[in-house]
Amino acid sequence: MATEFHNLQELRRSASLATKVFIQRDYTEGTTCQFQTKFPAELDSRIERQLFEDTVKTLNNYYAEAEKIGGQSYLEGCLACVTAYIIFMCMETRYEKVLKKISRYIQEQNEKMYAPRGLLITDPIERGMRVIEISIFEDRGSSGSSSSSSSTSSSSGR
Amino acid sequence: MSAVKVSKKVLRKWEKLPGKNTFCCDGRVMMARQKGVFYLTLFLIVGTCALFFAFECPYLAVHLSPAIPVFAIVLFFFVMATLLRTSFSDPGVLPRALPDEATFIEMEIEAANGNVPAGQRPPPRIRNVQINNQIVKLKYCYTCKIFRPPRASHCGICDNCVERFDHHCPWVGNCVGKRNYRYFYLFTLSLSLLTIYIFTFDIVHVVLRSVDSGFVNTLKDTPGTVLEVVVCFFTLWSVVGLTGFHTYLVSLNQTTNEDIKGSWSGKNRVQNPYSHRNIMKNCCEVLCGPMHPSALDRRGELIELALAPVPIPASKNNKENPQTTKTTAPLIPSEHTPDDVKSSIAPETEGDVKEKLSPLENKPPPSELPTPPPADPAETTAVLEEAF
Repeated sequence: MATEFHNLQELRRSASLATKVFIQRDYTEGTTCQFQTKFPAELDSRIERQLFEDTVKTLNNYYAEAEKIGGQSYLEGCLACVTAYIIFMCMETRYEKVLKKISRYIQEQNEKMYAPRGLLITDPIERGMRVIEISIFEDRGSSGSSSSSSSTSSSSGR
Repeated sequence: MSAVKVSKKVLRKWEKLPGKNTFCCDGRVMMARQKGVFYLTLFLIVGTCALFFAFECPYLAVHLSPAIPVFAIVLFFFVMATLLRTSFSDPGVLPRALPDEATFIEMEIEAANGNVPAGQRPPPRIRNVQINNQIVKLKYCYTCKIFRPPRASHCGICDNCVERFDHHCPWVGNCVGKRNYRYFYLFTLSLSLLTIYIFTFDIVHVVLRSVDSGFVNTLKDTPGTVLEVVVCFFTLWSVVGLTGFHTYLVSLNQTTNEDIKGSWSGKNRVQNPYSHRNIMKNCCEVLCGPMHPSALDRRGELIELALAPVPIPASKNNKENPQTTKTTAPLIPSEHTPDDVKSSIAPETEGDVKEKLSPLENKPPPSELPTPPPADPAETTAVLEEAF
């Protein structure tokens, strides 16, 4: 049964990690950073499918915005080239600005939606932009959780 | 019945990174192990330009135009900036999979392969993805324990998987990949221009001076010229050729690696799925595309608190002996404020220091932490904060 954590502090204090789920990259559009929106079976009882998909789609949109090749990226590239890339010592690149937005978004999602359900999203940049790691926690206090943690680690066919 | 002494040692993450790179300036600079040829490159460029400024420029500035040395300085500066950028930056190294992720992938592979009869070799670990109506095979890297993204390759010299791997260049002492390809291209381009420039003005200088004082006397007056001409002559053929080759690759949005392997050579009707079929678009994407951040947080901090039991004379409260080895804290975000807790590592830029303690994400806790004794001045809690 789903354990309730009211906020991140409670999650810290009373939870123990049961398992992790890794959302893989979606390479159908090429090498741009996009993640699969397929709902993993391990999260079935933990979070609504729609919420999860919305989170991943929003992240995908952020990454698409960061990697968009258009007027702004050309301007940034040309300006940087003209200054022999010294300008990046004082200026933040567009990608970095979007990454900050992404980490704020993930933090907000964790606080509002995922921690109350005993889940935690790790920013993909910490995993080399390869995966979105979602940690699934079980309430340390509940005795039934230790048996459920082993069952959640069964592999799901992709 | 013993207190525990804690010694705090602050490490940066680059000190624990796997792979065969060397790091300088406390993690700001990242290069391959063998740097000898890179020093040669530096020596040749700086040496030749020094000779040019010493021997040619005074004469040419007076007799032709002062703009000549000025332009040479600008070009030299650009060459050095792009060279150092190429050599010192992270080419796009993919961090290796942590144990959890590696196990997860292994389980997926086993599920996909099904039951292999005993004695038979398991099928190769390959994933197929469709990109732009082309089937691309993603190979599994046994060193990094990941399925390599498209266009990534494992560099044997640096022992890292690099995104959009082009080649390992000993002349710049680093791999050339997604993050530093444009610097490498601009380096070869500007070096070609500089070489042609110096070569041309060497000839002009010798001609002008020979008109006044004769050819042999000219060479005697400016011995540096001979050296410059020799270096430029040999450099011209190699660097200009290389620039031409890379211009061809950029226009097709291909990497050297793909070209050598013949990945998109047209056999079996395979075509490059990453090309926009438009030279301008390809050039713009490769040279003016977004600047990807480094996935390696080299300058993040790893704090290790080593515990050592210190026997104290008077018997204090009866407490269990804390562990003497480093332990991992439970897999819960650290005791920092919620702002710090979050998994945000600001991607680091060259020459910029962004150190942040990020939350611990590690293996499941082996045991509970010992509780701190009630009235003990020394810290006894063992906390290994390992930010990844």
